[in-house]
Amino acid sequence: MEHYLSLFVASVFVENLALAFFLGMCTFIAVSKKVSAAFGLGIAVIVVLSISVPVNNLVYSFLLAEGALSWTGISGAENIDLSFLGLLSYIGVIAALVQILEMFLDKYVPALYNALGVFLPLITVNCAILGGVLFMVERNYNFGESVVYGFGSGVGWALAITALAGIREKLKYSDVPGSLQGLGITFITVGLMSLGFMSFSGIQL
Amino acid sequence: MADATPKGVLTTPLFKNNPIALQVLGICSALAVTTSMSVSLVMSLAVIFVTAFSNLFVSLIRHHIPSSIRIIVQMTIIASLVIVVDQILKAYAYEMSKQLSVFVGLIITNCIVMGRAEGFAMQNSPKLSFLDGIGNGLGYGVILMTVGFIRELFGSGSVFGFTVLETVQNGGWYVPNGLLLLPPSAFFIIGMFIWVLRSLNPEQVEENEFKMKANTEPKEAV
Repeated sequence: MEHYLSLFVASVFVENLALAFFLGMCTFIAVSKKVSAAFGLGIAVIVVLSISVPVNNLVYSFLLAEGALSWTGISGAENIDLSFLGLLSYIGVIAALVQILEMFLDKYVPALYNALGVFLPLITVNCAILGGVLFMVERNYNFGESVVYGFGSGVGWALAITALAGIREKLKYSDVPGSLQGLGITFITVGLMSLGFMSFSGIQL
Repeated sequence: MADATPKGVLTTPLFKNNPIALQVLGICSALAVTTSMSVSLVMSLAVIFVTAFSNLFVSLIRHHIPSSIRIIVQMTIIASLVIVVDQILKAYAYEMSKQLSVFVGLIITNCIVMGRAEGFAMQNSPKLSFLDGIGNGLGYGVILMTVGFIRELFGSGSVFGFTVLETVQNGGWYVPNGLLLLPPSAFFIIGMFIWVLRSLNPEQVEENEFKMKANTEPKEAV
């Protein structure tokens, strides 16, 4: 239990996807102009990450990893190593998941669908999702760990984008030098936030 | 872009319409792999390769792709190219592929590749699209190399692994700036880079949405 708790805290604060690994930066910068929009996208990312990381974990350990196909019972299956197909399968799984999630929400939870509507398709090409999946594979998480990691890293990303949007809403009223306006000052703000998040590094629970 | 010329598509993305600095595409990897120059060089080459060939292939089959599934088709082409790059790196430059870790895979979701395939290759001839891919890859590479240069030179006192500024640890005079090897510095450098580019090209400056009006006209105040 403690192990999972420390993995959760580490994935939210210490290894924050946005601020320590720069993942999902395109949407991070583009959608952080308003707190409400940023929060909606953050929730969508949490949902998609906490589904797609465990699902891809299953795909990896039962289909792609070396010897993973041995459960089929076909002779010689334990020598098959399909891990080179990884990238293609992960992105396919993510795209399919997002599509299914969109249809499911549209049918059963229309309120949430209307709130997330615009952001869901955007998420397929959000590198935070693929990045989370690839980190999960690289670090050999088991199924339980991948559930915690997926949820935790989603929360971390949502936290970062909401915080940035809060700062940017205030920043609109300040007097920024002309050519630093907009994009430039946003980058420097994110840099300062990332500096702040670095103070979490080394936390061990 | 109806008047796209071969030379134009190759050179405008370099500075005038840089994919990173102006269109804010594909910054994820631009920030993460720039701690040393050799890593940024490999990453730039990989992105140039993927952008150029995905543009070429998408453009070759652009009349046969039904528009409802075009994203999936583009995604498959890009993902296959990235797998090729990943396998080549693992076979011939294993150390490098360890350092790049997940970021080679993340080229798939790099918005530059996707954006060019969707925005340019779907409307233009294979030759032009190929050049456009190279141009945008180069524009990405320029920023990557610049950031990598600054970070490696001042962070560890070397360029491409060769010592330029002798650091104190090795008996030299230069005290390396550790901050430049940490994530935040990449944000600062790109921010400054955008600042410089926009000061040089004032037409790129964003409008201030909330510019305050002066309370009173000077005339009224008198």
